[in-house]
Amino acid sequence: MNGRIRQLIVGDAQADRVVPPSGFTAQLTLFVAAAMAFLAVFALALSLASGRLADRWADELARAATLRINAPADQRAAQTAAALTVLEQTPGVASARALSADEQAALLAPWFGAELPLDSLPVPQLIEVLETETGYDEDGLRLRLQAEVPGAVLDDHSRWRKPLVDAARALRRLGLVSIVLIGGAMAGMITLAANAALAANAQVIEVLRLVGAQDGYIAHAFVRRFTLRALIGCSVGVALGMIGVWLMPAASDEGGFLTGLGFVSWGWLMPLAIPVLGALVAFIATSRAANKRLGDLT
Amino acid sequence: MQGTAVIELDNVGYNYGGGELLTNVSAQLSPGSFHFLTGPSGAGKTTLLKLCYGALSPTSGRVRAFNMDVKGLDRDQMAMLRRRVGVVHQDCRFLDHLPVVENIALPLTVSGKDMSQEEANLRELMNWVGLSERAHANPPELSGGERQRAALARAVILSPEVVIADEPTGNVDWEMSQRLLQLLVELNRMGKTILVATHDLALIRAAKNQVQTRVLRISDKRLQLAGADL
Repeated sequence: MNGRIRQLIVGDAQADRVVPPSGFTAQLTLFVAAAMAFLAVFALALSLASGRLADRWADELARAATLRINAPADQRAAQTAAALTVLEQTPGVASARALSADEQAALLAPWFGAELPLDSLPVPQLIEVLETETGYDEDGLRLRLQAEVPGAVLDDHSRWRKPLVDAARALRRLGLVSIVLIGGAMAGMITLAANAALAANAQVIEVLRLVGAQDGYIAHAFVRRFTLRALIGCSVGVALGMIGVWLMPAASDEGGFLTGLGFVSWGWLMPLAIPVLGALVAFIATSRAANKRLGDLT
Repeated sequence: MQGTAVIELDNVGYNYGGGELLTNVSAQLSPGSFHFLTGPSGAGKTTLLKLCYGALSPTSGRVRAFNMDVKGLDRDQMAMLRRRVGVVHQDCRFLDHLPVVENIALPLTVSGKDMSQEEANLRELMNWVGLSERAHANPPELSGGERQRAALARAVILSPEVVIADEPTGNVDWEMSQRLLQLLVELNRMGKTILVATHDLALIRAAKNQVQTRVLRISDKRLQLAGADL
């Protein structure tokens, strides 16, 4: 296998010349490969960025939950204590802390102003719950709280988190589907180009058969060309695409999601796989086209 | 006789779909023999040659080459058979974008021979067919006779056991056809089995003076061994 790949890349200068050079098809194949690779870089950047976003949102929001205790003023302290006890006994809860009156006032200040007399209002008590890595059994906790602290409502932020995370994951999926489609479209176009080249060179193939060339030799002459063209085209496309991504503004809080579109550390190596995959796609597409066409000849 | 002939046709028939072209054709080409195949245009000379080197498959009967049934060969085995049978096509068939010398060396290239070792051979062969001066011309620039000689050189470069030529003197003047015949006779003296399709009776007569030949004639879909009374 190694030898075959080496042979494919190094090639045989003599063997390479048996198929006449075809300027226009060659340039077209190069262009298609470059354009597809360019698009693939952006699809990859999109899916990596949305993947990161999904993970970050899921991570940040999932680590924290809030327990709200709606109870008459006289029972609030007792229920809060009971809830804290329950939480402390719950496996998967790293810490639970009742917010102080000042903290609650600070949270409400944007809506009601700093002068709000909290003591005179039936404001529910909030308990901040932080999870451990493994997380807790949400349904179990709810059931227990229901029994022991009737006024407690557990809000694990999933209502907010889910649509955001779903959207980010859908975006990542779309990016990946795009990459697959780009690969498929490239395979299709290279198959068409290879078929055109095989048809245009029917006479060459006939002569080669006449002088005793085996199918493998004939197919190789075509496959090698298209594979190298795809490799070169994809490399150029990826280089341009990566420059494009690199020129995008750095991720910032002001820019939000859009400016996060790019590669991070190891992610910069991933587009480098595109030319290799492109060459592989071209190799398979041309091999299949050549073997099918040669098989049809006598 | 079976097993001794290099190419053997046994009750071969061929049908293009519009009726029989050849029927009940039997022949043996023994090693080192020189055969002419003659007959009127359209009688099936080219078809019979194609049956001999496996470009066509008989619709009935059996073709054996080097004791192998041609019908049972897969595509790669067929390619190997072509290396043992040198063919001079009627219209030569070159790769027009490569110079003559590379066209002649094409069988070496496609069979993966080390070209540096064959260089002396190639030069000698170019000399033998008198094309040394034209080595770097492209095929479309060659005259009819040059094309035929180049095709002959290409057919013999792998030192095949059999050389099959289809109307090699079809497009050339008498002097050139004598020269081509000379090359074929020399090959025959080196032990190659030769089969030449031609309608040129003068050529056959000229050959008879130099080498022992047999003449096969296609007539009325059948193959007959023609008498000496040409």
